[in-house]
Amino acid sequence: MGDMNGQTPATGNDGIAIEVRGLVKRFGKTTALDGVDLTARTGTVLGLLGPNGAGKTTVVRSLATLIRADAGTATVLGYDVQRDAHPVRQLVGLTGQYASVDELLSGFNNLVMIGRLLGISRGEAKARAAELLERFDLAEAARRPAKTYSGGMRRRLDLAASLVGRPRVLFLDEPTTGLDPRSRNELWSIVRGLTADGVTVLLTTQYLEEADQLCHDITVIDKGQVIATGTPDELKAKVSGQVLAVTPADPGRIPQIEDILTQRHRLAPATSPDSGAVTVAVPDSALVPALIRELDDAGIVIEELALRKPSLDEVFLALTGNRAPEPEGIPQ
Amino acid sequence: MTALAPAVTVAPSRRLSPLTAVANTFTLTWRSLLKLRTNPEDIFGLVLTPVMYLLLFTYLFGGAISGNVHNYLQFELPGILVLAVIFSTLGTGQALSEDIRTGVFDRFRSLPIARSAPLAGAVLGDVTRYALSVAITLAFGMLLGFRIQASPLAAAAACLLVLGFALSMCWLSALLGLISGSARGVQWIGSLIYFPLTFGSNVLVPTDKLPGWLQAFVKGNPLTFLTEAERGLLVGGPVTAAVIRTLLWSLGLFLVFAPLAVQVYRRRT
Repeated sequence: MGDMNGQTPATGNDGIAIEVRGLVKRFGKTTALDGVDLTARTGTVLGLLGPNGAGKTTVVRSLATLIRADAGTATVLGYDVQRDAHPVRQLVGLTGQYASVDELLSGFNNLVMIGRLLGISRGEAKARAAELLERFDLAEAARRPAKTYSGGMRRRLDLAASLVGRPRVLFLDEPTTGLDPRSRNELWSIVRGLTADGVTVLLTTQYLEEADQLCHDITVIDKGQVIATGTPDELKAKVSGQVLAVTPADPGRIPQIEDILTQRHRLAPATSPDSGAVTVAVPDSALVPALIRELDDAGIVIEELALRKPSLDEVFLALTGNRAPEPEGIPQ
Repeated sequence: MTALAPAVTVAPSRRLSPLTAVANTFTLTWRSLLKLRTNPEDIFGLVLTPVMYLLLFTYLFGGAISGNVHNYLQFELPGILVLAVIFSTLGTGQALSEDIRTGVFDRFRSLPIARSAPLAGAVLGDVTRYALSVAITLAFGMLLGFRIQASPLAAAAACLLVLGFALSMCWLSALLGLISGSARGVQWIGSLIYFPLTFGSNVLVPTDKLPGWLQAFVKGNPLTFLTEAERGLLVGGPVTAAVIRTLLWSLGLFLVFAPLAVQVYRRRT
């Protein structure tokens, strides 16, 4: 990726592929984006994380030149997405939340159509289509209408369609939603391969495991605002301290454990009904021996005890859950 | 993996050339026609609809309106031609709304192609459908006993005139497709407009047999002019006034609905 930077004027400054500053987008009275900043380094995966309705898709649609923002700037490889939409469209590929392939056309013809639209000659477009179908394990289904494809196949075809033009920047909007684990892993390995070749990927997801596995950097947004940025490790470190997981031998003692944690230590434990474990974020690890002693004094037999760094799920919860409530009233 | 990544890094072009716009439009016309070839149900609908109209209306109304089936067929076929083509324009809007619903339009809009190409390509592809519809109606009508009584040149003009009118009407359909969220919506709104427009004309019944208030509506209906022109060009009779009015209406409909559809299309999301 490094050696590509100097060769072309289309590469952004200092190895920055996507730069968004103060992006605002309103739909009627709703403010979907309320001043979003984000930066994606060339050849990396930037994860855009957030709950449903946080504004993830709106960011992607602005960057892919599908909607115009009301304020702020966004550049892709140095090109402004509003002023220079045409150059931007030549550099990016988009795979939407819903597979946007023509269901009535075969997989092969879908890809040939995209190739022809991109100005590739007929012969080349066909060769490229065959190559991509082969690569995405769709060669056997190449001649069947896309409406006969399974969800995973359709998603792969959609991704193949966004790669026909060899994009330098790829937008993946919740690419693995609804995919089975095998298809998801396949997609992950494709994304890793692309970044290894210098492609920059902006990926939105609700799955923290996905972000943890795949992303070099993460931007968390909620209600149209950025609430955290950093590498997965940095984000985990942001939630101070560690997580203690206690599994009692007798599940009947769980309420008692929760009482001790909330009443005496003002902590906020959560209990997983599946594993029977009580997990709690501990701000200071020096507190842990005292907690265990108290549980022991109360006569609770502990079957399993674990102390670990918080998972992204817990970080996410802490970031979005503990936020100060929005001031009431609609911006004029 | 290398195959997926950018092979050469050329600086992107600033502007889209007009030649590219034409090429884009043809690619999307090809797409529209490909669907016709690969979807048997589409072909069935296109072929069977005029056949059904002809069988149904000829034998239902033939005796009652014209005394016998043959006379009625000579009267009605130009009207059925209009009916079949006008209703097939609904497909344009339905296909557009499907493209929007499934996200295909978003993909097009994210590509470096002419903004007008998806719309123009869809419309051009549909003209082929209308031509097919005209050919089937004429062929099956002749099988039932319809005879072209004017010159072949006049008959060819009749076909072109109805196609030209459909080409204007399909922009109304396109507009419906762009503003209603689903193919079903297009069907609904379209029917509410198309049924009174087609049946409230001289397509199936001579105008003088209608009550006065309805005559007033029928006489102002553009489809009445179109049908009159078709009758003149296929079986003889005065044509000039009807053809001129039809052409003016075609132009008018195009000038109103094409820019509106393009406007809505550009503004969408």
